[in-house]
Amino acid sequence: MSAINQPQPDPTASLLAGYQPLPSVADELLDPGGNLRPVWRSFIDGLASLPADELTRRFEQGDQYLRDAGVFFRQYGEKDATDRAWPLAHVPVLIHDSEWTQISEGLIQRAELLETVCADLYGEARLVREGHLPASLIAMSPEWLRPMVGVRPRSGHFLNFIAFEIGRGPDGQWWVLGDRVQAPSGAGFALENRVATARVFPDLYANSNVHRLAGFFRAFRDALNDLRGDSESRVGILTPGRLNDTYFEHAYIARYLGFMLLEGEDLTVENGQVMVRTIAGLSPVSVLWRRIDASYADPLELNETSRLGTPGLVEAIRRGKLAMVNALGSGILETRAMLAFLPRICQAMLQEPLKMPNIATWWCGQESERAHVQANAHRMMIGSALSTRMPFDPEGSTVLGSSLQTGPGGIVDTLLDAEARLLVGQEAVTLSTTPAYVDGKLVPRPMSLRVFLARTSRGWKVMPGGYGRIGRTQDAAAIALQRGGSVSDVWVVSDKAVRNETMLPSPTSPYVRSQLSVLPSRAADNLFWMGRYVERAEGLIRLLRALNIRLAESGRADTDLLNYASEFPGLLGADPTAGVPQDLFDAIASATVSATVVRDRFSVDGWAALNELAASARDDLESIAPGNASARALGTLLRQITGFSGLVHDNMYRFAGWRFLSIGRSLERASAMAQLLSWFAAPDAPEGALDLVVEVGDSVLSHRRLYAVATTRPTVIDLLACDANNPRSIHYHLAEIHGQVGFLPGAKEGKQLSPLASTTFKMHADLAVKKPEQLDSNGLLQIRSELGGLSDLLTSTYLR
Amino acid sequence: MLYDIGLRIAYTYASPAVGSRHVLYLTPADLPGRQRAITSLLEITPSPDERIARSDFFNNTLVEAVFRASHAEIVFRLRSRVERLPDTRTSDPSPLLPGLASEIASNRSLAPDAPHHFIADSPRVRALPEFGAYARSHIAPDMTVLRIVETIGQALDRDMKFDPDATDVSTPPEEAFASRHGVCQDFTHIMIGCLRAIGIPAGYVSGFLRTNPPPGKPRLEGADAMHAWVRAWCGAETGWVEYDPTNGIFVGVDHIVVAHGRDYGDVAPVRGVVRTAGAQDSTQAVDVVPLA
Repeated sequence: MSAINQPQPDPTASLLAGYQPLPSVADELLDPGGNLRPVWRSFIDGLASLPADELTRRFEQGDQYLRDAGVFFRQYGEKDATDRAWPLAHVPVLIHDSEWTQISEGLIQRAELLETVCADLYGEARLVREGHLPASLIAMSPEWLRPMVGVRPRSGHFLNFIAFEIGRGPDGQWWVLGDRVQAPSGAGFALENRVATARVFPDLYANSNVHRLAGFFRAFRDALNDLRGDSESRVGILTPGRLNDTYFEHAYIARYLGFMLLEGEDLTVENGQVMVRTIAGLSPVSVLWRRIDASYADPLELNETSRLGTPGLVEAIRRGKLAMVNALGSGILETRAMLAFLPRICQAMLQEPLKMPNIATWWCGQESERAHVQANAHRMMIGSALSTRMPFDPEGSTVLGSSLQTGPGGIVDTLLDAEARLLVGQEAVTLSTTPAYVDGKLVPRPMSLRVFLARTSRGWKVMPGGYGRIGRTQDAAAIALQRGGSVSDVWVVSDKAVRNETMLPSPTSPYVRSQLSVLPSRAADNLFWMGRYVERAEGLIRLLRALNIRLAESGRADTDLLNYASEFPGLLGADPTAGVPQDLFDAIASATVSATVVRDRFSVDGWAALNELAASARDDLESIAPGNASARALGTLLRQITGFSGLVHDNMYRFAGWRFLSIGRSLERASAMAQLLSWFAAPDAPEGALDLVVEVGDSVLSHRRLYAVATTRPTVIDLLACDANNPRSIHYHLAEIHGQVGFLPGAKEGKQLSPLASTTFKMHADLAVKKPEQLDSNGLLQIRSELGGLSDLLTSTYLR
Repeated sequence: MLYDIGLRIAYTYASPAVGSRHVLYLTPADLPGRQRAITSLLEITPSPDERIARSDFFNNTLVEAVFRASHAEIVFRLRSRVERLPDTRTSDPSPLLPGLASEIASNRSLAPDAPHHFIADSPRVRALPEFGAYARSHIAPDMTVLRIVETIGQALDRDMKFDPDATDVSTPPEEAFASRHGVCQDFTHIMIGCLRAIGIPAGYVSGFLRTNPPPGKPRLEGADAMHAWVRAWCGAETGWVEYDPTNGIFVGVDHIVVAHGRDYGDVAPVRGVVRTAGAQDSTQAVDVVPLA
């Protein structure tokens, strides 16, 4: 008998063979009878048809995409925050669109309810007066912002973009675990999960009728633009800045939607109008989608210790000149104890029951509720009543009652005695499980979904998909997600083909250039400094490489030239023959920080190249031996950094931002060259110093071709200071700076040059008429000091 | 009693401030039945680019001043005439402490004078255990809430030493309490912490104090600058009463109210956000003169 006649094992059956849902827990993949749910059929068949090594390769592709895009996960440890690889669970969660329609109905009702409650709490407070909400609960919450009471939002709505965390209980019913209203994060991450997952399963994604996400974002972008009410003002995304753990997402969404990414410092308020400080003066902003918690938005009227906000922002809202998404103060709706009251409020305000229930919650600030929690603590999660975090948030302090000593005299009683009004008890819910691919097979893991809703011109729109959280272990208790896990894409699957949507207008609609973007001064400042730091790093690498080559050649560190070099002021006292000085790492780190701040204006490739550079510097140079090894490693790094510069200078559109970057680079290069020449081309410099500076100036070949003699002081000064055609010379870069300054706003008023433009003109002209013999070390240092003054003048003109 | 009030507050900046925004709680309040603000003139030098007069959540009146040009000094000068009417309370209908909670709970209101705003911790005052222990050590089960307020206020007046050099505007009340030294702001915050810790709603009152005492009476502490004292909610019938722990007395016609809040942060006389690189310095002078 040949093997050919053996029945082939069904790949789907063998993939599912070991998949064992947990007792009394709903499973997304299998129905209670153990049969594959139809919505998963074609995906699982497709998955089963891929060999294991092919799958591993594809997962790696998805991960590579995320790394290249700079998506990471910030984890806060005991001491500091570390950036970890983005934990994508490659298998998406699949939900049929008929079920999604039901979910959407429930969530839209809830969005309407929250809008009503918010309007009431900042309006007539009927809910309190009629006893649906305890006054003390609202009054003690730090999220109920008194300055906002009585302020009607300019758009008429308090909520425009919200999210809900939902999970499926053992009976198959969906539950709301928590409301995300203040400044919900995750929508951008959901997009990135989608892109990465579609790279892992390109065919399956294309053929599975998965609803696209772009239409949702387009509708929301249009809605934000409509909130402006005019065409002159702008929409901005207000971020707390690069230290925030979801900053990546802010930059990503800003770039994706084409809105300015702003920090509080970028803004000022004049006569109630919010203005962004740009390189061309103040420009009005009338809509802010904030990713900053409300209390930090205005240090004058809200949290006075905030360093992130803009004084006067509340006044702008009060005067109806700013639409804030979502309204300041809407965070009160996230208060966990609110969940105890929303079911009855829904009945009272909307005259109907909640379509999707939220997890049962009891606020212990009331006598009978407190007694109930006391008696049933062993079956509950106990947590802070005012917390706005999810029960499974690792930073939260929610605990399972069963893990505590309950009953008379136990810790629960003690807690309740001390601070009952600060506590809630919540039903300890169990989540459904969904397949995760672990060690070559599918295993059930608990999951919850974050679903996003945006208010558009046609009412609330639900993003068809979302942000899935997948538990790390089998433990299906919701609270187990505190221990971390992974995230996944969510596919809402239709039986019919879906529209393939993108963010772009259709090719048939008329061609328009979008509103020309303005460059906030802070962004320009960071681009300028990024240009300077990258150039500073490159200059240091070149110098250090040249010195290490000489160290390797001579075999000793005490040659005249190396002794002389170690005194070079540009090295700030570091010994160039004793390892790589800290200065170089600092320059690279500073460049990375500046690049982070302007991430929304910077290509993904440029960003990736800079991060690789920083990583190689760290890995390859930190403790390398001086001499040959250092010279080789520095050479590698040099090729990387010139690769980065090439990317920036060849590929970046000549927006104003590029000009600042370019000016920064030219200024730094000219200034560094002036310093190098003042030292290494000084009359008393030892032998070899002139050749060294020509090598550091990457002009060895040019020198040979132009002069056909050995280096002399005049030839070196001529080539590296006075030559108009050498991209390493001071002259060349003064011309560059003057040219770029001419393109900046206000450089010329009629025939009058601005002070900055006339300064650059004069510096350029002064050098252009100099002969090499006229330029001694003092003259070079004079140029360097004038460049310092130029940097200050540029800053006071455009960057403040 | 009729008063003429004069106030001058000046800020000087070591390096000129480029743009600033201030909220000012300086003008006496108009409180029907208690206090009549007859005239108030607030002069600001240099003249601000924007000047906005409005009221806040607690119904205090305030002025917001915006400066765009750079300035090395700002001076706020207030001249005001106020009539302070005597309080009419005679009996004490306030409940015993255990009865207060249900009176609070049955108040279904978020109005500015509702007790709920004054129970929980506020940014500058937390009901710390040491405040609770101190408060409980001075009260007896047969005391009414009003009597408790007076008892704790007297205790603080006795135990704390008025000392303008011991603390500054940002000293946390627990620190002033630990050293038993401070100024009116510290006395007030500590008493608020003590009252909240035992469940009595308590807030902060900022105002002026008569500068020269009536003949034969001692000069009151805290009259050289703006003053502060406590208000406490003593049940639905009694409502709010005001007590000055720095001087150990219930508030009377010598006290002129400017603003009510949860703590100093809500009603600081001058709150500002200034863009300046250097240090700043301020001076304050107050004159509260009775007109016969």
